[in-house]
Amino acid sequence: MIPEHRTSRAARPGRPQSTTALSRRTFLQAGAAVGGGLMLSLSLPFGNGKTEATDGFVPNAFMRIGGDGRIVLTMPYVEMGQGTYTSIPMLVAEELEVDLSQVRLEHAPPNEKLYGNPLLGGVQATGNSNAVRAAWQPLRQAGAIARTMLVSAAARRWNVDSASCRAQSGQVLHAPTGRSIKYGELAADAARMPVPERVVLKRPEDFKLIGTPAKRLDTPAKVNGAAVYGIDVRPPGVKIATLAQSPVFGGRVKNVDDAAAKAVKGVRQIVRLDDAIAVVADHMGAAKKGLAALVIEWDDGPHAKLNTKDIADELERATLNPGVIAETIGNVSSAMAGAATKIEATYQAPFLAHATMEPMNCTAHVRQDGCEIWVGTQALARAQAAAAKTAGLPLDKVVVHNHLIGGGFGRRLDVDGVVRAVQIARQVEGPVKVVWTREEDIQHDMYRPYWFDRFSAGLDDKGMPVAWSHRFAGSSVMARWAPPFFNNGLDPDTTEGAIDLVYGLPSKHVDYVRVEPPGIPTAFWRSVGPSHNVFVVESFMDELAAAAKQDPVAYRLALLDRSPRAKAVLALAAERADWGQPLPERVGRGASLQFVFATYMALVAEVEVSKDGAVRVRSVVCAVDCGTVVNPDTVQAQIQSAIIFGITAALHGQITLKDGRVEQSNFHDYEMLRINEAPAIEVHIVHSSEPPGGMGECGTSAIVPAVANAIFAATGKRLRKMPIDSAALKQPA
Amino acid sequence: MPFTIKMNGNAHSVDVDGDTPLLWVLRDVLGMTGTKFGCGVALCGACTVHVDGVATRSCITPVDSIGTSQITTIEAIGATSVGAKIQRAWLDREVVQCGYCQSGQIMSASALLATNAHPTDSDIDAAMSGNICRCGTYSRIREAIKQAAE
Repeated sequence: MIPEHRTSRAARPGRPQSTTALSRRTFLQAGAAVGGGLMLSLSLPFGNGKTEATDGFVPNAFMRIGGDGRIVLTMPYVEMGQGTYTSIPMLVAEELEVDLSQVRLEHAPPNEKLYGNPLLGGVQATGNSNAVRAAWQPLRQAGAIARTMLVSAAARRWNVDSASCRAQSGQVLHAPTGRSIKYGELAADAARMPVPERVVLKRPEDFKLIGTPAKRLDTPAKVNGAAVYGIDVRPPGVKIATLAQSPVFGGRVKNVDDAAAKAVKGVRQIVRLDDAIAVVADHMGAAKKGLAALVIEWDDGPHAKLNTKDIADELERATLNPGVIAETIGNVSSAMAGAATKIEATYQAPFLAHATMEPMNCTAHVRQDGCEIWVGTQALARAQAAAAKTAGLPLDKVVVHNHLIGGGFGRRLDVDGVVRAVQIARQVEGPVKVVWTREEDIQHDMYRPYWFDRFSAGLDDKGMPVAWSHRFAGSSVMARWAPPFFNNGLDPDTTEGAIDLVYGLPSKHVDYVRVEPPGIPTAFWRSVGPSHNVFVVESFMDELAAAAKQDPVAYRLALLDRSPRAKAVLALAAERADWGQPLPERVGRGASLQFVFATYMALVAEVEVSKDGAVRVRSVVCAVDCGTVVNPDTVQAQIQSAIIFGITAALHGQITLKDGRVEQSNFHDYEMLRINEAPAIEVHIVHSSEPPGGMGECGTSAIVPAVANAIFAATGKRLRKMPIDSAALKQPA
Repeated sequence: MPFTIKMNGNAHSVDVDGDTPLLWVLRDVLGMTGTKFGCGVALCGACTVHVDGVATRSCITPVDSIGTSQITTIEAIGATSVGAKIQRAWLDREVVQCGYCQSGQIMSASALLATNAHPTDSDIDAAMSGNICRCGTYSRIREAIKQAAE
């Protein structure tokens, strides 16, 4: 898909594949399945880009049609609540003409060479809202190819023209004679049929499944306690461990008195590591009690005096000098010089923890000759590699069992927990389940980076922008996590939402200064780069509208002539939210608009600010154009989810350091939005037959500026630093 | 000293310290892992079970405080008519995302419906605001409770 507005990035992750990239010879082979049936081996374009190299065809996804008619897909995606295990089977079932219930998606075993995802730097991982985007074209083609081969097999058996046969509901029909055969009975024969060079995919108007709400396939076990998450595994003889890690990142254990801990009933062993202590016990109750009884003396190391302000100050200083140019259009300095009005602002976004409801955990059994790992991870091959390295074993001696994930949000793209569990397990006889307490989980997360942004803009005499300058400083998660994506000082995540804006701006300059904070690790977090870029860009756009004394929606619409899809979602959201209708005192509406993860989204938030400054989001209206919708129920669920996630961050979210220590520890001081605070969220989906856009993260980035802009509308106060400071919103007596 | 607790209709003897939270007895000693650990201090509700029908945070409930009370966990709530209704509504409304908090949500919701057949929005707020859902499934939780109450 080529977006309507200019795009400057050729290799941006997450762009849907063009259809021409898929020549059948290089993307699919067919043969007999082990155990009978038809096996299609696919080489999907999320591979490492080497599939057309001289070593020939390298499959990285598999579809098997068994003699029982069941269809099993083996793919490297993880289900973490986002609905992938339902959406991807829908693509296959649509073209294959089977019921959705006949298709099952299984998680591929760890193998970075086969399953690496170049949209994520060649790492076998699920993230960046790209599962459905990457699978959209090839999975439908695979379904169509398998269907064609099944029809050919039936036609040969009946000795009729295959054009007189058709596929329907998992069988091939021959209408003239009224005969039918089930796919399962044809699968072995189909494996011997020639693979069609070309297949015609269904037209959108002929879709039966795609675009209709489908029941999630992974849900029933999640309402009766049967679902097994990583934290639930119980290999025979497993011990439970919990741990205390150096409260200051980079610190060390100096001394430990474990006499009282060892005396706790059920405590079996104390494991001392360089920078952590673990208590191994029969159950978590004893392990926690043992941990509390330890007397640990820490050597805090070089970051013992580090405070958040030190980091923020360093970032602010970094924005005083030019960074690496991410985008430049026209001549900003001459446009600025000729502007009638000049606006400047700086913004800050805090460190954020993931706080997945399932605390970090990993179960490991390290033996002399091998290692077994049980964990819920978004990056399976990376978990295997980390375990092998830590255990000092070859990769093929490490078995990783992947489990359901009790919340990912990017946290489980990192495998620090696996490393820690294997370090502990090396000293323990038998399997050990290492469970982080909530306090350890929050205080030893890897955090959404802190960012500092500096803006200036010039407006013409009508108030419209003629110059836009945006410089920001912060960590690059990609540079650590997927170094090939960090090129010449830039990476596509850090800049997404800051460049390639939907707005027509005559001159624009965006530059980025990479500053890695000392003493605190950074990582992906739901919507990552856009989680900060959309906040600042859409807040600043609101500031320009205010400076121009114009309505913020009308102001944006006037800049959207070259981006009709963006214009349409904003107009729709405004209309459905009764934009412009009067509201009571200290209630306001705020809008935001974005194009990130290949999806257009506009939000209008309605916010009430009490006299004491407390903020309540009363309602949110969302209009979204995410291309073709695969499962509309999932689209709605993901938007609701991501919006709640973003409101939590806007109202409550910040991780701060004092003397090198994370100050927050549990849900009393790292608060989550609760049901009594959750607004009604209306989702309006714009019909589109463009390829699907990403869905899991968009709402999180979009809601933060919508809330901040609504607060401005309600109170006249512009909040340029997250989270929202209620004290600044108190009504003067 | 060993304690005998009554869970899901059966008696179980466990040999742990009396101050051991019920959560760990359920999960680690008895292997009933449907009840989840979220915070350890009764702030998130993931560990909610019923003690004599009352929604109770098992992470702060010492095993020696149970006495002869009946414990019901997510694994058995479907055997009650209210529990079965709630589970059905949860599936009908596609409430679940990652699902980790949903055991606790369902236990809180079924305790609510058992004592209040037709809860208002504010009844739902009061009964459910102790249960955090990081996936933000709150609006569907509310709809599902209302459906189950129909």
